[in-house]
Amino acid sequence: MATAKRKPNAKDYDDIPGTMVFDAERSRHGYHLNMFCMSLMRAENRAAFKENEAKYLDRFALTPAQREAILKREYNRMLELGGNIYFTAKLGATDGHSFQHMAASMTGATQEDYAKMMLAGGRSVEGNRSKSGAKARSLLLAEPRSKPARSKPVRGKPVRAKTKPKARSKGGKRRG
Amino acid sequence: MARIVAGIACSHVPAIGAAIDNKRTGEPYWTRVFSGFEKSKEWMAKTRPDVVICVYNDHASAFSVDVIPTFALGCAAEFPPADEGWGPRPVPVVKGHPELASHIAQSVILDEFDLTICNKMEVDHGLTVPLNLMFGSPREWPCPVIPLAVNVVQYPPPTSHRCFMLGRAIRKAVESYPGDLRVVVFGTGGMSHQISGPRAGLINSKFDKAFLDNLTKDPQKLARIPHVEFMREAGAEGIEMVMWLVMRGALDTRIDEVYRFYTVPASNTAVGHIILENRAKKAAGKVKRAAARAGSAVRRSN
Repeated sequence: MATAKRKPNAKDYDDIPGTMVFDAERSRHGYHLNMFCMSLMRAENRAAFKENEAKYLDRFALTPAQREAILKREYNRMLELGGNIYFTAKLGATDGHSFQHMAASMTGATQEDYAKMMLAGGRSVEGNRSKSGAKARSLLLAEPRSKPARSKPVRGKPVRAKTKPKARSKGGKRRG
Repeated sequence: MARIVAGIACSHVPAIGAAIDNKRTGEPYWTRVFSGFEKSKEWMAKTRPDVVICVYNDHASAFSVDVIPTFALGCAAEFPPADEGWGPRPVPVVKGHPELASHIAQSVILDEFDLTICNKMEVDHGLTVPLNLMFGSPREWPCPVIPLAVNVVQYPPPTSHRCFMLGRAIRKAVESYPGDLRVVVFGTGGMSHQISGPRAGLINSKFDKAFLDNLTKDPQKLARIPHVEFMREAGAEGIEMVMWLVMRGALDTRIDEVYRFYTVPASNTAVGHIILENRAKKAAGKVKRAAARAGSAVRRSN
């Protein structure tokens, strides 16, 4: 399978712009941050957090950077520091924010503009595939591969002369 | 013999659940979404499965980062709706089918799929929203549901191919169950969406359409899609679509697409939905042919 041939730990997804994939490494760094968010599932914890945020955060072994990101509600920073969106969403919910509000804040747009973008069909993938500009070929959307390959070796020579015998030999092979 | 009669796939956007719970389904924004499931509810009422196997993912409700099972099969007698921070959804408790579930667990583990078995588990919107979309909002769910939770929260989820092959193992398990049950498999999540980071809001309808097309005509192609492609083309959270492949793997090679629906958006997400039916078994054809032969023999003897 194509999937089996890939290097298992190649972080090829780091090339996707505006995206922080919650992988094992981020999960390891973000364990306490995410468990803090998880604690907000309980009403009494939400109340304690709201009463004194800094004091509540002392219960968790957070790094200073994680603490700061939480107190300032910097959602992208939380993701960089190992937070996962399904966990950080619980912090947003504690503040009374919808998922769409948080998504908007991470894109730097107002919720209104973000909602308008979604109604108009969402953010286009065009121009948003790769940071490096590397060819991001899609297996699912790829055009049949033979087209560009065939046009390459021609180089001004008559198309027929070059391609016809090739096609014949291929057919011969298949029969044999 | 138990058998899988059909598979459905649909998105499980939490906002859809909130719209139902807050009685906002009549608003124009939401009628666009819900109208696409009217036919599905009719189909479901007609199909009347004995059991549903629902492939879904938990969203930091039943599983935190303490334990992250790749595949977790619910073998309990019932699964209460989880409190996702706003109180549990006001939906019926999900009744399981412990006999079939434990039969499946035993069969697929011996088939080398090392499942986690959950004898106590709460279920979140990932499971209950698709039940609402397919069954409406009844006082009790009309049939038992076996939850199969797939990790798509921490990278990497199981590969597309692995999901497809698990579906096949589930089909084999169901077909070896002695009871006479008609089973429908749900694949949920997706379609394209990204809800995290500066690229949030990404939608790729072209990818979604190609995915739906190939779910019917060439699922093997979908089983080769690498994770990075899902994330790049369909958004970081679009990777949930691997769960649809468990459903597709559980169906026969030749199936009939009986319904499809697609709309953008529901909150941050492209909503996709498809119903695929297995064709009547050969055995049924044989019976028919035998009946026809018997009929012609009778005519001849007359």
